[in-house]
Amino acid sequence: MSDEVSIDQEVYDRLIGEGKSERIARAKAKAASVRKAKLAEGATLGPRPAEQAAKALEEFRANAGGGGGVATKTAAPADAGGGGGRLTPEERAARVAASLGNGGAKEPASMGVPQSGDHTHRLLALVPPAGIQQVQAKQQDKVYTWPHLLLVEFVSLLAAGSLLLIASFFLDAPLGSLANPNEVPSINKAPWYFMGLQELLAYFHPMIAGVTLPGVFLVALMAAPYIDKNPSAKPENRKVANMAFTFFLTFWGLLVIIGSFLRGAGYEWVWPWVQGLGFTL
Amino acid sequence: MANKDLKTTVQDNVIWKSIFRPGSIYRKGYRDTSRDRALASMNNVLYHLHPVKVKRHGLKLTYTYCLGGLSFFMFILLTVTGIFLMFFYTPAAGAGTEIAYLNMRELSASVTFGQLVRNLHRWGAHAMVFTVFLHMARVFYHGAYKPPREFNWVVGVILLTLTLLLSFTGYLLPWDQLALWAVTVGTNMMGFTPVFGDQVQFVLLGGVEIGPNTLLRWYVLHVLFIPFVTVIFLAVHFWRIRKDGGISGPL
Ligand code: HEM
Repeated sequence: MSDEVSIDQEVYDRLIGEGKSERIARAKAKAASVRKAKLAEGATLGPRPAEQAAKALEEFRANAGGGGGVATKTAAPADAGGGGGRLTPEERAARVAASLGNGGAKEPASMGVPQSGDHTHRLLALVPPAGIQQVQAKQQDKVYTWPHLLLVEFVSLLAAGSLLLIASFFLDAPLGSLANPNEVPSINKAPWYFMGLQELLAYFHPMIAGVTLPGVFLVALMAAPYIDKNPSAKPENRKVANMAFTFFLTFWGLLVIIGSFLRGAGYEWVWPWVQGLGFTL
Repeated sequence: MANKDLKTTVQDNVIWKSIFRPGSIYRKGYRDTSRDRALASMNNVLYHLHPVKVKRHGLKLTYTYCLGGLSFFMFILLTVTGIFLMFFYTPAAGAGTEIAYLNMRELSASVTFGQLVRNLHRWGAHAMVFTVFLHMARVFYHGAYKPPREFNWVVGVILLTLTLLLSFTGYLLPWDQLALWAVTVGTNMMGFTPVFGDQVQFVLLGGVEIGPNTLLRWYVLHVLFIPFVTVIFLAVHFWRIRKDGGISGPL
């Protein structure tokens, strides 16, 4: 016999028909066929959690009624009417108290922890299945970080590392002549990522170009998530935001390109093929 | 055969077992099961940045383009190469004793791998600015700054600023004409800060113009202060990614 579990074709087809994804349909169909096989072997499948919970609750109520020394003014009237699938708050308190051995009435029956002085804290309490919080999160398609994500990261790290190493092997970082505060070079430029600001300097007063505008840009950038209240992340629903950001990036990129490549001595406009590149990294 | 024995000898002893916790992929008896895959993340300090499981769509190269990760890789690479450079560099530039500049010349002339490491540091710095920019763009176009990730975007903008500052303070350190004048353009602008312009410039330059004091100041900022602040914000950034439910999307 192979390791492959056969799948329940009927269930599979039905789920696919309902528009479930191929993975989910396959998994459920597998489970269904396993369940069938077990039933065929005469195995009794365990009680469903809800039944189990109800049973545990009943047992508990039966015992508590007999009275451990703790205050169990239970048999809450609300309970009789309602589903009765849950402990009332009083019952829960009684139950916790009983398991902690409070009130000095009785030793807790089955905690298994000796009550010698060595133990300074005991936080363990029994939680009825019905008391467990059910988190209703959407099932997501997830994979293990190791090996899947770490492999991708490792490869991209190697690729980037080798690219940089090759570049560093063939291209030397520039080193000019010794700094001389008395000799202003004819071509005088900031590093490329500040070239946009320097280009703005050509049009505006330095206080505007060097302080006000960058300040406004930074604050606007930080405020973006609070301004853009559109909950959708789909490109087709956020044309305005995408256009605004693209405009901003293009504008900034243009400034950097102009400043880097089209400005020469004295920050005059030049064509790089006429006067050469006035640009160093 | 011999190979297998060697592996057993290396892995099956007290020291090895004390280093690699159960489930580590380096530990003897690692099996490719769900349990051990989960333990591989939980029991390794480096992998612990990651959750045990990640959304499948986030693995697609075209979702993150690995840009955040590459920015971080650049930061690590710059730290390592930067420490190497620190062994050969003195931030001194008094008139006639411009040791900083001499150090740069010696670095390429007589330090083994000096030029190569300097190149890596230089190109790596440009690359980091670039990847951080692109990372920001990809986050924007994916709308990945939307609730609950608004604040992580703000942290990101701070990281962008810190990256630029790191790059800019480093630019001065070779103390050549290029460095001096490129930085002058920038610091002149700061002088136009409303009201406090002169004071801001004075504090940053350690004087009224760029000189030896500026070099020392920017050196300390570059190798200690700004990296320190950056690491703190990186920690918050990575922590928030997980607290905000991992990577955003799918779109
Ligand atoms: C030093 C610079 C930075 C580093 C090392 C870094 C690192 C990372 C990493 C590793 C991720 C995981 C996802 C991915 O790789 O894309 C991430 C996500 C994120 N980053 Fe950054 N980042 C940096 C700068 C920025 C900047 C400048 C911004 C925005 C202005 C930003 C905003 C975000 C946001 C909002 C996320 C969550 C994205 C999502 O859930 O899809 N980060 N960052």
